Amino acid sequence: MTFNRRTFLGTAGVLATGLAAPMVLAQGKPRVVVVGGGAGGATAARYIAKDSKGEIDVTLIEPSRTYYTCFFSNLYLGGFQELSDIAHSYGTLAADYGINVVHDWAVGVDRGAKTVSLAGGGSVPYDKLILSPGIDFVDGAVDGWDISAQNKMPHAYKAGSQTELLKAQISAMPEGGTFAMVAPPNPFRCPPGPYERVSMVAHVLKVNNPTAKIIVADPKPKFSKMSLFQEGWANHYEGMVDWIGEDFGGGNVSVNPDAMTVTIDGEETQVDVCNVIPAMKAGRIAEMAGVTEGNWAPVNAADMSSKADPDIYVLGDASQQGDMPKSGFSANSQAKVCANAVRGALTGSKVFPAKFSNTCWSLIDTDDGVKVGATYEATPEKIAKVDGFISQTGESADLRKATYEESLGWYAGITSDMFG
Amino acid sequence: MRWPKSLICAVLAGGLTPVASTAEEIGDAIAGKAVFTQCKGCHEVGEGAENKSGPHLNGIFGRSAAGLEGFKYSKSLVRAGNSGLEWHADTLSAYIENPRAFASGTRMSFRGLKDPEDRANVIAYLRGFSDNPRDIPEADPTAKATDHSVDPNILAIQGDPEYGAYLSSECTTCHQIEGGDEGIPSIVYWPYEDFVVAMHAYKKKQRPHPVMQMVAGRLSNDEIAALAAFFNKPN
Ligand SMILES: Cc1cc2nc3c(=O)[nH]c(=O)nc-3n(C[C@H](O)[C@H](O)[C@H](O)COP(=O)(O)OP(=O)(O)OC[C@H]3O[C@@H](n4cnc5c(N)ncnc54)[C@H](O)[C@@H]3O)c2cc1C
Ligand code: HEC
Ligand code: HEC
Repeated sequence: MTFNRRTFLGTAGVLATGLAAPMVLAQGKPRVVVVGGGAGGATAARYIAKDSKGEIDVTLIEPSRTYYTCFFSNLYLGGFQELSDIAHSYGTLAADYGINVVHDWAVGVDRGAKTVSLAGGGSVPYDKLILSPGIDFVDGAVDGWDISAQNKMPHAYKAGSQTELLKAQISAMPEGGTFAMVAPPNPFRCPPGPYERVSMVAHVLKVNNPTAKIIVADPKPKFSKMSLFQEGWANHYEGMVDWIGEDFGGGNVSVNPDAMTVTIDGEETQVDVCNVIPAMKAGRIAEMAGVTEGNWAPVNAADMSSKADPDIYVLGDASQQGDMPKSGFSANSQAKVCANAVRGALTGSKVFPAKFSNTCWSLIDTDDGVKVGATYEATPEKIAKVDGFISQTGESADLRKATYEESLGWYAGITSDMFG
Repeated sequence: MRWPKSLICAVLAGGLTPVASTAEEIGDAIAGKAVFTQCKGCHEVGEGAENKSGPHLNGIFGRSAAGLEGFKYSKSLVRAGNSGLEWHADTLSAYIENPRAFASGTRMSFRGLKDPEDRANVIAYLRGFSDNPRDIPEADPTAKATDHSVDPNILAIQGDPEYGAYLSSECTTCHQIEGGDEGIPSIVYWPYEDFVVAMHAYKKKQRPHPVMQMVAGRLSNDEIAALAAFFNKPN
């Protein structure tokens, strides 16, 4: 494991005080521990704390003090958002909802003793444990790339410094330079994400560096909202984007971070920026807790409980739940179903039937927004799709603009739903 | 079904004059002229009609909602138009019956025409001033005196706010509980009935928005009532 030493030291002081609290307060009260303060974890912690009105002791373990949303991080690349617009802190969750926010890494789960151990030392006991650690990358997924190369060839698939780095690299591209992306295989976080990113990069280049090129090596034969993106690329960025799908060898890729080359189906190209988005798996802590099967953690659709342990729940990207795409919207939706079930199990409050939904907006160019969405229900096997919709090609500019504006409304809505 | 050719010709030939022969088909245009007196305070129709506090209603059929250049519509009606709401006999009837069922924040402060007969008649009258009636289905059921208000029994359901609170968590991913109104409208502190009516308009696909049609489409009458009860007093 490669946790950052400095984070540990930096949070050790906070830990001492942060940890004392849950132990004392916990007397007699049921204890929920949430690992990961992202779309799934922050929402679950907030809903449990809010709805149990102090009857449940909630601890949220999250190493970062600032959470940068991956959603809208592409808009930051495109110049439509500032980095500060997508930064959120845990202050309100702690102050207004009484959640014990512990800034540290969870490094182990003892399912027998029901405790989570922390990198900074010590452990936190739980009655119910919720894991929402997001994703990690599959080792060796892209030939020539590993996590130590992320400063030369960033993934920018966890937002923050990686996204900043990618943006700086794009600005520094020489005139007529080449931006390459290595797209991931299914399943991965945010199916339209890489293609929205291509659109945003093209948007920036069109203004600052119109003779630059974008190459995408993709191991898939098709992708989310493909016809909408391709229509948009043709309309706004004619001739700029070269998407090389599976049929043309897009899956046969290796990179050389030192030489800044990308080899696609035997053909080597010198590039100026290379955004490598490798294959993904559940955040490591899920594996350490022993709740994964293969790359992901299987869950029961009715309450998001792990198939391996009824006292552990897995939310968001890390879970293997069925038909929902791995998105912030999905994680937030799953978190509420889970929060309702966990509260019911611990306090006897009424448990209502599970309902899930998802909508993902993507921006193609200024005021040109598209969306795809669906509703889902819990079946004994999985979360199953009920009904859905998708934007159409050839829609009016007014509708596309309204769709973009909706996405701004959604961003404000979901972030206040997560962080209070 | 389309309008019979002969009828279109008759309308075109007649120019902007109401055509009596439409009467049996979709209501009585002559009787509709009398009903229109209720609209006249705000709307003009016919030759030389201009915008007053409401937009002029020439050529309203087939036009997208809030589609007239130069008239300052409400945000609500503009949104409905962007989402694809077009004026046809059925949509006009629903709007005139209860303007807020379609566009909750509409600036048309008119309590609505409850009598289906009156609506059919005034629509028949207006139709005569649309010189481009190609998309008007002749046998459009709502062009006849159809009642599509929300069933009073549904409006009478007492919603369970606790259930509503749970269900509301699906909504608050988009609609802010504090009531922000940027890009997505606010739905808090609404009158109970307006809320129920709006949700049923999405459920019945009278309102065009695909997300909301999907969301409302799988809510039962009791669930809509529960949500209306909760959002009426969200804290
Ligand atoms: C470029 C891009 C664009 C996107 N756009 C959209 C969009 O428009 N709409 C949308 O709905 N989704 C979008 N997504 C997807 C969305 O960001 C994710 O699906 C969502 O964040 C998943 O939530 P999560 O809770 O599973 O994980 P995350 O939100 O990633 O949260 C996981 C948290 O767990 C913490 N953590 C991990 N391991 C540990 C540990 N051992 N101990 C303690 N804490 C730990 C991490 O620090 C992190 O804060 C996008 C993603 C990307 C990359
Ligand atoms: C008190 C004034 C008022 C009355 C009375 C009124 N309207 Fe309106 N009407 C408006 C306003 C204002 C609008 C614009 C609404 C908006 O922007 O939301 C409007 C909009 C409309 C529209 C949509 C126009 C468009 O371009 O999209 C139609 C159709 C309409 N009214 C028909 C009627 C009919 C028929 C009646 C009578 C039965 C009527 N109105 C009575 C004020 C009124
Ligand atoms: C994916 C985002 C999303 C979700 C989830 C969502 N809505 Fe909406 N809602 C919208 C948008 C966008 C509009 C504007 C639609 C339009 O133009 O008609 C809207 C409109 C509405 C309106 C009409 C508002 C007006 O001013 O006319 C109501 C009422 C409403 N929603 C209720 C709900 C309820 C109740 C839920 C949960 C059961 C919900 N919505 C879930 C996005 C959403």
